Order: sequence, then C-alpha cells, then structure tokens
Amino acid sequence: MHIFVMLLVNGLAEGALIFLMAAGLSIILGLVGVVNFAHGTLFIWGGYMSIWVFRLTASFPLALLAALATGVIMGIVFERLFVKPVYGKVTSQILITLGLMIIFTDMVRLLWGPNPIPMVRPPWLDGTWVFGQVIIARYRVFLIAVGLFVAVGINYLINKTRIGMVMRAGIQSPEMVQALGINIKLYFAAVFAGGAGLAALGGALYAPLVGSVWSGMGIDNQILAFIVVILGGMGSFYGSAVGSILIGLTSAFTAWFFPPLTAYSTLLIMVVILSLKPEGLFGLAVRK
Amino acid sequence: MKPLLKVEDISSFIGPFHILQGVSLEVYPGEVVVILGRNGAGKTTTLRSIIGQVPPARGQITLDGVSLLNMPTHMAVRAGIGYVPEDYGVFDLLTVEENLKLAMRQSDKATLTRRDEVLDIFPDLGIAYKRLAMTLSGGQRQMLSISRALVNDNKIILIDEPSKGLAPIIVERIQNVLMTLKKKTTIVLVEQNFALACAVGDRYYIINEGRTVLSGTVDDLIDDTALQQTHLGLVLT
Ligand SMILES: Nc1ncnc2c1ncn2[C@@H]1O[C@H](COP(=O)(O)OP(=O)(O)O)[C@@H](O)[C@H]1O
Ligand SMILES: [Mg+2]
Repeated sequence: MHIFVMLLVNGLAEGALIFLMAAGLSIILGLVGVVNFAHGTLFIWGGYMSIWVFRLTASFPLALLAALATGVIMGIVFERLFVKPVYGKVTSQILITLGLMIIFTDMVRLLWGPNPIPMVRPPWLDGTWVFGQVIIARYRVFLIAVGLFVAVGINYLINKTRIGMVMRAGIQSPEMVQALGINIKLYFAAVFAGGAGLAALGGALYAPLVGSVWSGMGIDNQILAFIVVILGGMGSFYGSAVGSILIGLTSAFTAWFFPPLTAYSTLLIMVVILSLKPEGLFGLAVRK
Repeated sequence: MKPLLKVEDISSFIGPFHILQGVSLEVYPGEVVVILGRNGAGKTTTLRSIIGQVPPARGQITLDGVSLLNMPTHMAVRAGIGYVPEDYGVFDLLTVEENLKLAMRQSDKATLTRRDEVLDIFPDLGIAYKRLAMTLSGGQRQMLSISRALVNDNKIILIDEPSKGLAPIIVERIQNVLMTLKKKTTIVLVEQNFALACAVGDRYYIINEGRTVLSGTVDDLIDDTALQQTHLGLVLT
C-alpha cells in the first residue's frame, strides 16, 4: 500500500512536469496548426536560466519567474521571426522549428559548456514528509501543486476569457475568426509565447527534481510531451492534462514493478489508446 | 448617388487557379444586390475577395470610398462588413452567447441594443443562449450566423446562400428575415434559390466562369425566361 501511494505521488509529479510541456504543444498545434519541435529547447533554456538566476539571487521563485520570462520572450521571437512566415506550410514549419531546436540547444552548450550543471532544491522545498511507511518528497508535492495551479489557470483562460473564446473558435476555423474582425495572428503569437513560457517553466522545475541541467534534457521530455499530445488528442487541453497524468503514472509504476519496460511503457500506452480511439482521448470531432 | 461598395474588374487566384477573371459590381446604399450563377461560377470567391480572404491580384474594391485592397481580412471587415458564409461559420465549441460576443466589435450600449433586437427576431437563439452552438440545428446556425453580422453597426452585409440545405419552412423564415433586414441595411446576397432571390433582390449580377456577364433589375430578370435558362440553367416547371 505505501509503495502505491509513493508511486502515485511520483507519477503525478512527473505528469505535472510533462503537462507543462504538453499543454502548450497541444494548444499551439490545435490553434496555430504548428508542430513546434523547438519546444524542447525552451525547456532547456528555462532550466539553465533558472539556475543562473538562482545562483545570483538565491531565490527560487525569482528563478522560476526568470525562466518563465525567458520562455515567453523566446516564444515571441521564434513566432514573429521564424514561425509566422511559414504558417500553413507544414514542411517548412518542421524544418524551421527543428532548426531552432538544434541552434538554440547548441547555444546552451556554447554559453554554459557541455557538462551538466548541478542544481539543488531550495531548502523550503527540500526534504520529505514521513507518514508511517510512506515517504513523500516535498518537492514532488510542490510539482503537483504547480501543475494543478497551471491546469486550473488554463482551464479558466479557455472557458472564461476572450482569449479562450478565440482559442476555442480558432481551433475550428481561424479564417472565420478573422472574418469577424479579430486579428487572430495576435492571438497565435500570444498562445505561442504562453506555451513557450510554460515549457521553460517546466525546465526550471525539472532541474531541482533530477539535480542538474544538461543540454540533452529537452529532447527526452519533448518526446514524452509529443506522446501526450497524440494520445490526449491534438489540440485538446483536457487531453493533454489527462494524458500527462496517464504517462506520468505509467512511467512511475513500470519503473518500479517492471524496470526493463520503462522506456517502452509510454509508447505502449499510446499504441493501445490510439488503436481504441484513433483521434486520441479527447480528440475533437471538428476539424479545419 | 455614389455606390457604397464598388468592385472593379477584380482577378483572384486560389493557389495556381485563376478563379475570378473580371468581376465587377456596384452596390448602392439601401439596396439588395443578388449574385446569381451556376455552381462553381465564382460567387463565393467574389465575397471572399471582398473581405480579403482571397486577396485580388488585380482590380479595385472600395467600401464607402475606402479601398479594401491589401487589407487583411479583420481590417476589411472592421470597415463595416458583416459576413455570413456559406456553411454558417458558427463556432461549435462556443455557446450561442459567446458566438455573438465574439462577433461584437464593441460593447457599447448601441451594440447591446442591437444584440437584444437580434434575440427578438430569433427567439430560438435566446432559448439556446447558454448552449454550445454544436447543439443547434442547421436553421438555427444560419440564424446565429446572420445575427453575428447584425450585432455590429455594419454598412453592408454579405450573405452566401442562406437557404442552402435548409427545409422549405426554414427558408421561408429566412426570407422573411431578409425582407425585414432589407429595410434597414444594404445587402449582397448570393442565392441559388431563384424564388428567394427574386423576392428579396432589387438588382442582380450574373457571374459565369469567374466573370460578371450580366446585370439588371430583378424585375426584368423575372420576365426574361430565355435569360434565366441560358445563364442560370433554370428549367421552368
Ligand atoms: N480552395 C479552393 N481550391 C481550388 N479551387 C477552388 C477553391 N475554392 C473554390 N475553388 C474553385 O473556384 C471556382 C469558384 O468557386 P466558388 O466561388 O466557390 O463558386 P460558387 O460559390 O459560385 O459555387 C470553382 O471552380 C471552385 O472549384
Ligand atoms: Mg458558393
């Protein structure tokens, strides 16, 4: 029983991290129609920037804020300079975002060197809670809380704000949104920047969990996030939330009960779900 | 009197295809101009060119003296155009209320009054106000789509085949609504339903293979069965 609870916490914490990447990826794909392969590099930049700021200020909240800001700024630059010119051209988008991924990941190596940089958990988030046989790391609970907070926030945004209305409408037909007199390109940019910010925040939260940052950490998490986007249903925020939890729990439980399968379990889950529901868990019936 | 909307000899491409090869029309304040023509003639593309969804490569389009050419769609529309597309363009994942809200370019008193008027004209929409638009019937979608064009203080409304695919009784209602609108605003109506077009229209243009080939008053068209047969493929029953 205690194992079950600990694995649950671990899985949910991992799910929360994946969610920060997957939510942005999925919404960007659904609304803007862009498969953003540069998402992983924002995750890396978030990690490195947070460490840099953490060492300067010793403040973890400031470090997270810096990561978020870095992601948003990079997102705006990526969107305006590189992605905007290739809206609607899928092949070009893939090449351009892949190119950004490679260049900006190399830039990290150039600036901070090829070796991993250690990162500690801030004291107030370090340590564990012990309930009988159940040992729970505070930091993981913190990750779950952040994930929940972000999920509730995005849910509010989608259902209660004008940006949300444009997002839900634009997923069906960006052209019709424009025909109502709305400059949807601005919303594209905002969503792209928001998603980028979340990915960078994810990187900053990931570093203290695993104890370091390195330039390869983006691609692994990006792959997991892509799996979530596909199995959750492209463009669906709820799909990305449920999918992230599912993937997080799957990895946590297989890592414990059947380690050899860990690397494949997430793929396996995806295959099973797609064979039952090809459009993904929350795949939208409406298509452009 | 000066035309409110003037389309002068436009050429429009969709990808490599030269779809419009010389469409011209003039719409005067207060009139209903119907655009007729066979399937695939270029009627929808003409409307889409006016609002910049298919930007014309050549020619000129002016609304109230202001050129709409090279304007992105959202700017062209803000110049005072309400667009009711062929397939309604209603947003399924938005409620009826949100569909209207998204369309409202302002939230001043006049806009809110217009919205209330629209709900008076279409009581169905009031009943379904908080429901997702995906639950609406075809007729209700059409009403919502027309309503979105009416909540703003538009100079002109472009309506693309409002009767398409709808049951006769709904078409009748739409016709009544158009008759009412006619008294208040200027309309460009694309319509294949000849009876509806004649009932509502003042003047007509016929588009064939991407060109305006004929124009005149609807009254003359009603009398000219030969013309109806050659250009519209209408067979009298
Ligand atoms: N997206 C498109 N790609 C290629 N051809 C198109 C496209 N949209 C319309 N067309 C072509 O343009 C012509 C005019 O279409 P349209 O304006 O929709 O006709 P109408 O509304 O008069 O039925 C048709 O031959 C149609 O096949
Ligand atoms: Mg048409």
